[in-house]
Amino acid sequence: MGDMNRRAGSAAASQPTQSLTLDGNEQGFATTRVDALLGWARKYSLFAYPFVTACCGMEFMALTSPRFDLARFGAEAPRFSPRQSDLLWVVGTISQRQAPVLKRIYEQMMEPKYVLAFGTCASSGGFYDNYTTVPGIDKIIPTDVYIPGCPPRPEAVLDGLMLLQDKIAGGEAARRSPGVVKPRFDPPHAVGDLVQLRRSASDPRDLVPALHEREEKAL
Amino acid sequence: MSEAVLEKLKARFGSAVLETHSDFGDDTAVVDASVWKDVARFLREDPSLDFDMPVDLCGVDYPSRTPRMEVVLHLYSVSKRHRVRLKTRVGDEEMDGAEVDSLVAIWPGLDWLEREVYDMSGVRFRGHPDLRRILMYPEFEGHPLQKTYPAERTQPLVPYRTEDEAGVPIQKQPPFGPDEGMPFGRRALPHDGTSAGEAAWSKPGEEN
Amino acid sequence: MEPLDIELEEGELELPAEPMHLNMGPSHPAMHGTVRIVLELSGETIVKADVQIGYLHRGFEKMCERGTWAQVFPYVDRLNYVSPMLNNVGYALAVEKLCGLAVPERCQWYRMALGELARISDHLTCDGAMAMELGAFTPFLWFIKAREMIWDILEEETGARLTHSFGRIGGMAKPPTPAFKDLCRAALPKILQLVEEGERMLLKNRIFIDRLENVGAISGKDAIALGWTGPSLRATGVAYDVRKAHPYLKYDEVDFDVPVGTRGDTLDRFLVRLGELRQSKRIIEQVLDRMPDEGPVNCDDPRVVLPDKDDVYTTIEGTIRHFKLIMEGAKVPRGEVYSYTEGGNGELGYYLVSDGTGTPYRVRIRPPCFQITGGLHKLLEGRMLSDIVPTFGSLNMIGGECDH
Repeated sequence: MGDMNRRAGSAAASQPTQSLTLDGNEQGFATTRVDALLGWARKYSLFAYPFVTACCGMEFMALTSPRFDLARFGAEAPRFSPRQSDLLWVVGTISQRQAPVLKRIYEQMMEPKYVLAFGTCASSGGFYDNYTTVPGIDKIIPTDVYIPGCPPRPEAVLDGLMLLQDKIAGGEAARRSPGVVKPRFDPPHAVGDLVQLRRSASDPRDLVPALHEREEKAL
Repeated sequence: MSEAVLEKLKARFGSAVLETHSDFGDDTAVVDASVWKDVARFLREDPSLDFDMPVDLCGVDYPSRTPRMEVVLHLYSVSKRHRVRLKTRVGDEEMDGAEVDSLVAIWPGLDWLEREVYDMSGVRFRGHPDLRRILMYPEFEGHPLQKTYPAERTQPLVPYRTEDEAGVPIQKQPPFGPDEGMPFGRRALPHDGTSAGEAAWSKPGEEN
Repeated sequence: MEPLDIELEEGELELPAEPMHLNMGPSHPAMHGTVRIVLELSGETIVKADVQIGYLHRGFEKMCERGTWAQVFPYVDRLNYVSPMLNNVGYALAVEKLCGLAVPERCQWYRMALGELARISDHLTCDGAMAMELGAFTPFLWFIKAREMIWDILEEETGARLTHSFGRIGGMAKPPTPAFKDLCRAALPKILQLVEEGERMLLKNRIFIDRLENVGAISGKDAIALGWTGPSLRATGVAYDVRKAHPYLKYDEVDFDVPVGTRGDTLDRFLVRLGELRQSKRIIEQVLDRMPDEGPVNCDDPRVVLPDKDDVYTTIEGTIRHFKLIMEGAKVPRGEVYSYTEGGNGELGYYLVSDGTGTPYRVRIRPPCFQITGGLHKLLEGRMLSDIVPTFGSLNMIGGECDH
């Protein structure tokens, strides 16, 4: 059929850009186009089930807030029923007591379903290596993207979401191995980044004079 | 501030009050387990004491001592603004006889706290309306906060997936193997107080 | 419809009523915490409610026994994770009580300022989430916007938005940044403005008030017997605030009021939190005026405070001190202490038992919302199913603290 180069997400860790060759008699032209269309539709309209337990839930709330708007990714609609959702956000620590609940919720979801491990506790148990914590939800359910952080910055979570969207667009082959969000460094803090404290017209630095001297030191 | 509380307790219960101290400003009394409920009722009902708020109840395990489990009750009086700590010791090495009267009839707030002490430390409360586990699941065996329960022993409710089943790596490497690396203060010193570090500090009450 | 003209026995036409069991499972839309409420319903009325917690039990107390005294700070942050600075400060004060240390004045003011910022963040989250659960999504977004401003300040100061681990025994991890006071002074009026907008939208809304008024009421005496503290207790009329009754840090030198409710219902709890938010703002403004701009933030006790990095890299004494403090931990004197501060939900207490080594023997947290949630079943009995969500939301049960 031809090569299909899959664009790796901005933070894809485990694999660089890969080429996929689809065999001619396995995939028809129309089917691939339909797959691509379905992939596009699915990735931009994810219905999320926020399985929120702990501190990462605060960052999840911040994600839905206007500043780190999740709505621009199409993923802001929380469906509090697993039957109606296709993305399971596992946010926060999963204790042994919670594990059967998580498994049941995952089993109640219908294919195609995706799982996002939000935070270090969901990815690997975090620093709670004790009698009561499940060391990572992949011990119980298959996971598509891991977002480490305690709690991860909302920008990191959006990286993870974009990585997941690439996997969804890439089809079944792209989902063979899970992705991990790696840290990346945004350009150094400019004064104007204190968005909320900015007045609309004048120089934001006037609002906080001490930041003038900080900027001068940085230069 | 409330030395009077300890004095009243000693006056009323005499030899059942085994020890008292006021280290670090906290008035503490250790009483015999047999008078636990009577002492509590006295503290609650005596008008000059009026301890109406149950602040906290917990268990502290001293496995080198007999009896090993110490049940610690903190009380506060909203009107008089004084506090007291009441302790009692129960349970032998195998935690036999680790039973104490329940105080739920005196302070309803102790309902969940007693369940927690039962769950975490294994002390039973006679007369508690509904003594079952609260933080751990009912299938859990053992009492985690006892010193003899190893922190890493898990009892999973859902069996973990294997790597074959998953098809992807799911065992994550810990930063140190079991025989590598200094465990940063963990288990480095015995817990019976035989530490040279004590000499650096003066006893409570002395000048620092 | 024509009236029935047959004689009926009392209750003959009623539907058979057996109690129905409904499980409001550990994974539920109410954003407050993971809790399971097993309900016995008779129609819409709750006959019995069994509140089951423990779905976020993370073994905090057991983990503390495996590290050093300073390694407890990250765990402590994740207890009440909406106001982590309050937990940090509370734990640091507890260990300092055991060691007999007094931190310098600048550190006391700094701790108060960061603590009150955390308290504002807590109350914004609680009230915002409560509004959202009742369907008012917009005030939630406004309150989260205000919370983001606080988190910006905390990120500038501590490096992290949420779980700072910024407290240390004997002081703080770093001194205040030069921009701290200006950032606070710039942010606070904007936060108040957002809160006022939210209030204007909610408190004049008939539906919102009806869902909260006289729902989940409790008397002061019952609340005290249950061990309630904090905004939930103050809403019943009992003016017990640890900052006023047993002042710590410099709370006796600043001027603030303690908002108190009358009926102890959900609306009072909602309003008490908003009132406390304003008082916290008042406290922060006074603290910023009085906090010195120079001076040490850590007390200079070599037994607990890490030396400067210069000393560690150039002198042997610095290296050894650093090594011993990190590897073995600060050797805290033997004994036990109960130290309490006003957390976001009430009296946050730490009962510490030390055996003289660098590893804690027992760290017990007295979680304010444990006992508050213990009283939930009493508030729900006799009420309707739809009252669960506002009542539970107003109690501000934080899973990390309740299940520790």
